[in-house]
Amino acid sequence: MADEYDAFITEETIEGDAEGRLAGTTVAVKDNISTAGVRTTCGSEMLADYVPPYSATVVERLTDAGATIVGKTNMDEFGMGTTTETSAFGPTRNPIDPERVPGGSSGGSAAAVAAGEADVALGSDTGGSVRCPAAFCGVVGIKPTYGLVSRYGLVAYANSLEQIGPIAGTVEEAAEALSVIAGPDPNDGTTRDPTDAEDADATVPEGGYAAAADGDVDGLTVGVPTELFEGADERVVETVEAAIADLEAQGAETIEVSLPSVEHAVQAYYVIATSEASSNLARFDGVRYGHRAEGDGNWNESFAETREAFGAEVKRRILLGTYALSAGYHDKYYAKAQDAREWVRRDFDDAFEDVDVIASPTMPVLPFELGESLDDPLRMYLADANTTPANLANLPAISVPAGEADGLPVGLQLVGPKFDEATVIRAASAVEDR
Amino acid sequence: MTDSSDPDGDPAGSGGEEGAAGAAAVDGGSAGPVVDADEVEHVAELARVRLEEGEREEFTDQFAEILEYFEALDEVPDLDREEDLVNVMREDDIEEGLTQEEALSNAAETEDGFFKGPKVS
Repeated sequence: MADEYDAFITEETIEGDAEGRLAGTTVAVKDNISTAGVRTTCGSEMLADYVPPYSATVVERLTDAGATIVGKTNMDEFGMGTTTETSAFGPTRNPIDPERVPGGSSGGSAAAVAAGEADVALGSDTGGSVRCPAAFCGVVGIKPTYGLVSRYGLVAYANSLEQIGPIAGTVEEAAEALSVIAGPDPNDGTTRDPTDAEDADATVPEGGYAAAADGDVDGLTVGVPTELFEGADERVVETVEAAIADLEAQGAETIEVSLPSVEHAVQAYYVIATSEASSNLARFDGVRYGHRAEGDGNWNESFAETREAFGAEVKRRILLGTYALSAGYHDKYYAKAQDAREWVRRDFDDAFEDVDVIASPTMPVLPFELGESLDDPLRMYLADANTTPANLANLPAISVPAGEADGLPVGLQLVGPKFDEATVIRAASAVEDR
Repeated sequence: MTDSSDPDGDPAGSGGEEGAAGAAAVDGGSAGPVVDADEVEHVAELARVRLEEGEREEFTDQFAEILEYFEALDEVPDLDREEDLVNVMREDDIEEGLTQEEALSNAAETEDGFFKGPKVS
């Protein structure tokens, strides 16, 4: 069974230490996370032959904890996509239904876990890229609070939004991997020790996050925002509502909450993410690393010709970001998107005055068929409606299987207060226990 | 970008034109942004991304739709950021980094231990 779903771009083993809390665990790593000596392509022709001279902090932490890296997983090019179809290495198929996409952009990571080719996988989540494929493949995915996990060695797409997060078959396994990769890193100035964060009500359970996966939701208050159910596929809504009813049966209390700002989340996300991408991806000039075109034109011509190798979705986002930041449009798009981001943050803050976690469908749709949405970028962007708010608000979020609809997996998303990973893990473990 | 100089010898620069066009569009008010193929080509030039056959037209249609959707940001209230940002400082000590060989290991072209770029003009 050699990678029948094309989950991997490179299958190569990096042995971990003999002992540690992840000894005997196999881990697949998304191909935008640097691995010393093992090529790291970002799903792009631009980096098809790029071999990093150093490893990401998360990779060092995994191997130090005894994990064995089994390969680098397929992804939407530079993380830009919701289906893993924009990869220069071809699409990954969903192990639950090979005619459908695995979600994205960490589709290879979720597919590798769903197919049993790795116990755990790392993805990166800028606007839902861990949670979406976890939902579509019927596995668990965690997007940590911004600053909990080091981004050192993650090839940047939109720095202010993204976090590396684990994907696994169970909440407990994902939580254990999170414990290993979490924590401050001098090489990433945005990382923080959650117990030092004065503005956060953070408790890290003794023994790590896996200890929070005890299924005990008695007395927990779950907020249900109408805005994240409106417009979703009915089959998805029914499945998620049944799972929430089961949480009530286990002693949780549910109350309706309102998050009016989230109607602007996708707009704000795409303006901010493409703006940051247009700056970040300027580094791919063919001089220091990566593909370089053969032409012998001057600097500007050579630069533009080299960058013709980006795929269409990456070009679209670089151009949209360049446009949004250009003189005359900056205030209209970028500044307003930052206002919307602040609004989303305040909405969640207000909601967490009354509730412990917020529950919704992870994805408003069932997994797309292969090829279904590639020609319609706006339709693909709108599928990120429920996942982007957590990135804009820097909050922890998890996707856990809620059940199936028409034989396809449905994910339930739980969002918690800043650095309160323990509560979303606890609530998610009750969803999978039912 | 790596080089901010403008070897085309156009002192006004393309940014100036963009500013004028942008200001005009914003002044235009409720009509919303009009993105034509020339504007897409212009932004591609600013970003130093060469477009393939057909992408110019394809992007023009898609951007019109996407930018129209972004228009809803106009409804968002003006808000001041309440973030608790702190500077993260460290001692400026010399630490071990990549060797020169490692730093050059992925370059398409090197010479005498340096990266070699395309000619500037």
